[in-house]
Amino acid sequence: MSPSFTSASTLDDALAAVASGARPVAGGTDLVVGARQGKAPLPNDIVAIDRVEGLRALEISDAGLRLGTLVTHGDIVANADIRNRFTALADASAIVGSHATRAQGTIGGNVMNASPAMDTGGPLLCFDATVTLRSAKGERTIGLDALWTGPGKTSAAPDELLVSVDLPAPGEGTGSCYVRLEYRRQMEIAVVGATAVVVLGDGNVADARIAITALTPTIRRVPAAEKTLVGTAADADAVKAAARATAAAATPISDVRGSAEYRRAMAEVMATRAIAAALTRARGGSVPIPASPAMYGAKES
Amino acid sequence: MKVAATLMVNGTSYPVELDPHVSLLRAVRDELGLTGSKEGCDDSECGACMMLLDGEPVNSCSYLAMQAVGREVTTVEGLAGDEEVGPLQRAFLQQFGVQCGFCTPGMLISATALLRSNPAPSDEEIRIGLSGNLCRCTGYDGIVKAVQQAASGDVPPMRGAPVHADATPPHHAG
Repeated sequence: MSPSFTSASTLDDALAAVASGARPVAGGTDLVVGARQGKAPLPNDIVAIDRVEGLRALEISDAGLRLGTLVTHGDIVANADIRNRFTALADASAIVGSHATRAQGTIGGNVMNASPAMDTGGPLLCFDATVTLRSAKGERTIGLDALWTGPGKTSAAPDELLVSVDLPAPGEGTGSCYVRLEYRRQMEIAVVGATAVVVLGDGNVADARIAITALTPTIRRVPAAEKTLVGTAADADAVKAAARATAAAATPISDVRGSAEYRRAMAEVMATRAIAAALTRARGGSVPIPASPAMYGAKES
Repeated sequence: MKVAATLMVNGTSYPVELDPHVSLLRAVRDELGLTGSKEGCDDSECGACMMLLDGEPVNSCSYLAMQAVGREVTTVEGLAGDEEVGPLQRAFLQQFGVQCGFCTPGMLISATALLRSNPAPSDEEIRIGLSGNLCRCTGYDGIVKAVQQAASGDVPPMRGAPVHADATPPHHAG
């Protein structure tokens, strides 16, 4: 059969297209590159969903943050509330790909691509994000740990589209950070990445979330490391113990970006940096987001 | 099988027949004859193929041409007037931001996108804004200075004969 391409203007049109076997494309930053690298051939039937109305809404309130599936990384970095309250997510979106990738690439596409090296994955997990999947038959909302089943694999059915990502509001005293080891700032994915979200109360760690990136088949939290940090005063020894516990959960592979041994060694380093920066931010200190938000037309608030 | 579509590039409508899998870069170069945009890595790494899509930068080598239908595409040819290249291009010439020239179309497009969202970028912001574009000749300093000069608005006209933009496609449809 010769290939086909359609562009959906409504969600119903998009859902009907995927129900009949078409594969969705949104920002288009992964699909062609993936095909060229031999990951998967270009789908025979493609439906573009980037012009579906209503899916680029970004809503932030006291309850939390809702990202429509078409919200771009540039949209995320440009939003002052996200930079202030979901800082690790802004850290991640600020360094995805290049200016072009951030202008075109969507949060929904990023999540559904399910790369164990994706930058936004750790922050989304640590902020307890859920995703809503819609099909012509209905919708369901699941956690990311239930969505990601392996490298490039999700539990979503072929007729389901991710329509939104929801993050509950972090409490008072929260600080967060995502850091990655990289060889080049742009058009790079994580050699090793780490995310930390810490909540301080009376100077002690009331809650902690730590996730590792490019160190396991899917991005995952490390509960053993989180437990190590909770209840401590977050001094240097406590940070070191938590970072060590984080690295112990790594089961990295060797590939073109690094050997398993190197990744394992760097896991503790990156975890230390993420935890330290999250603590600094929780205490009101300044750790800048790695690319200037002014690039996205953001006005400093 | 190719399908009929219309691409809007640099303000001109081009009726074309497109393979649904063809990239925007191949369509613009091969179907429209606008060869300013270059294919470097063909993998979204080098930025030589950079175009604007509704004003936002896109790696056109890795973007389906069909997905650009209904959007306004700008290539380097669209940055020049009929008689003279634009101020950003003059700044690249005046600051020696061009050597072999292969990366230049992509650099100019990325710099245009940067200056639109951030008209007075710092040195670091220029480097971040252009860091999806690789240059193997200049060492980047001349390029950064060129963008600074363009942002300052003080770009004198070039002496000598006007530079004619070679922007007319072989089968101009507009």
